[in-house]
Amino acid sequence: MLADRDRIFTNLYGFHSPWLDGARKRGAWDGTKKILELGIDAIIAEVKKSGLRGRGGAGFPTGLKWSFMPKEVKERPHYLVVNADESEPGTCKDRDIMRHDPHLLIEGCMIASFAMRAHICYIYIRGEFIREREALQRAVDEAYEARLIGKDNIHGWPFDLYVHHGAGAYICGEETALLESLEGKKGQPRLKPPFPANAGVYGCPTTVNNVETIAMVPDIMRRGADWFAGMGKPNNTGTKLFCISGHVNRPCNVEEAMSIPLRELIETHAGGVRGGWDNLLGVIPGGSSMPVLSKEISDDILMDFDSLVKAKSGLGTAAVIVMDKSTDIIKAFARLAYFYKHESCGQCTPCREGCGWMWRVLTRMGKGDATIEDIDVLQEVTKQIEGHTICAFGEGASWPVQGFLRHFRPEIEKRIREQGGRHCAPMQPLAAE
Amino acid sequence: MSFRRLAPVEQQPATFAFSEENQRLVDQWITKYPEGRQRSAVIAALWIGQDQEGWVTKALIEEVARILDMAVMRVLEVATFYTMFNLAPVGQYLVQVCTTTPCWLRGSDDVVAACKKHIAPAPHTISADSKFSWMEVECLGACVNAPVMQIGKDFYEDLDSPTAERIFEALRRGETPKAGPQQHHRHSSEPEGGALTLNDPKLYDGGYAREVMRRSGVDTTDAEAKKPTQGASDREAPVQKPPGAAT
Repeated sequence: MLADRDRIFTNLYGFHSPWLDGARKRGAWDGTKKILELGIDAIIAEVKKSGLRGRGGAGFPTGLKWSFMPKEVKERPHYLVVNADESEPGTCKDRDIMRHDPHLLIEGCMIASFAMRAHICYIYIRGEFIREREALQRAVDEAYEARLIGKDNIHGWPFDLYVHHGAGAYICGEETALLESLEGKKGQPRLKPPFPANAGVYGCPTTVNNVETIAMVPDIMRRGADWFAGMGKPNNTGTKLFCISGHVNRPCNVEEAMSIPLRELIETHAGGVRGGWDNLLGVIPGGSSMPVLSKEISDDILMDFDSLVKAKSGLGTAAVIVMDKSTDIIKAFARLAYFYKHESCGQCTPCREGCGWMWRVLTRMGKGDATIEDIDVLQEVTKQIEGHTICAFGEGASWPVQGFLRHFRPEIEKRIREQGGRHCAPMQPLAAE
Repeated sequence: MSFRRLAPVEQQPATFAFSEENQRLVDQWITKYPEGRQRSAVIAALWIGQDQEGWVTKALIEEVARILDMAVMRVLEVATFYTMFNLAPVGQYLVQVCTTTPCWLRGSDDVVAACKKHIAPAPHTISADSKFSWMEVECLGACVNAPVMQIGKDFYEDLDSPTAERIFEALRRGETPKAGPQQHHRHSSEPEGGALTLNDPKLYDGGYAREVMRRSGVDTTDAEAKKPTQGASDREAPVQKPPGAAT
């Protein structure tokens, strides 16, 4: 188990004060000025060296992302935007950072903004998190009060931090949709290029980072990149917040070293699978958008970016959703398909129509009202959505269905046989009903 | 995508005006954004309006458009796109039950059943005493405390049918039930039975914070803190060689 002194989020559960005094005792805001004095290049080099990869799902190297920002500030100011629109089913880690350790995030915003020559940062928090927004705002006010941030602060880098919120749209977690939403529009993703580092919010150079990523930066800078890179495996370094939900004995959030075996994670921290490990049916390892893993793969898979990609899945947000053998797995995925149908922004036809189509077919399959050929048509439809949309939502919606078909096709066939199947012609992939 | 329309004309009040205090709030929000970018405050303004009125009326949309100098159509787009804007009247307590897969696996169907029994058989229907209405929502983001529901600003976590009913009854009596986890003596997202990690008192008395190594050359009071402790690195994990470190 990771030692407590190697944990970054030491108030994850909120047993201690989230406010400035408590945060300072845990080490926040310690030596921030000295970190800034190292200079932009040194900070970016250190973050690169630590191997920190984005914690929001895609796992893009953070230091590299920062280095895409223009080297000089011209007439357009630079912006940092923090993505706190945490809505991926299974994921609830950023919530704990914002309500229990907000000062780590604020300090991270200060350092990251400095490293990308930004004087303004917006934190975009999802609309449902009202108490979390209040907590974060209180911490921001404290930081202004103590002159840790603000136009004239003790760190010598003029910096303003604003908390912005959404109103219930999963798609706003996509970085360009988030920027649209921040500009006061519908949250519909933009075509890339231009990438946000060239033209982001208000057309200015912008970097969008996840809450967890940013909140890790101060500790990486204080303890050094070698400390961070010494945990996990090469290219998958550091610690990660895991959210373990579903059919486990004791669901919880926990910070662990990257590359921990899935089984160890579940058994050490979440009290094991309900009914024992052999009662496991499947695990979604990284939030609902990542393909499900069968029990055989779950037995010895490591929880990191590269291992999970090899297993045709992904670490995503590291939200582990466990399903035991009592689960009606077809219904579980039909429900996920409904989520994607509900949350599609409607901009691209393959996604808008396809998500609804997948949901309807999966619902029928749950009742056994389908033919064996329908399974192939469903697979085909997922391929028509994937890669044919502006943003990665298309992949996010079709990967879970593909993973489900890869590992649980016999379940569907069994259901169809047991229920007598569909008595009319196989379904054709038609547009909306 | 979700298909949303404004409430029928008969239901729409003729006018809307922000209260003095809310108008101040809206003005404050506008100052968060650069000059000329006041439309960024559209979500916040609609939200404040919804807080005041209970739901988003056509008059509210027009008022927000006027204040932020936007076309009414642009505000309408926002109001219909974001699902937290209620486009029709809701109960004084709007119960939003998360039924996405992680909550469903832990028994959100029971919470829905409690809503049907206690509030109204169908969602989006105001209860007989006009205090409640309920709806199913997508992932609320508290999955390790599933099943979850949101009422007003608060999350009620670790529910089952009886605890949900107790909360409804308390609200009906005019009480304020305690938000957060409802069972298993949990404080927040720690595992049931108490946290297994973060129990080291030195984390909280300033012990480690002092020890933590500032970057080399800045402060070298404790070289130990620079290395991860054994527990973290014993999963083989050869220390990643930074470029150029070999020389």
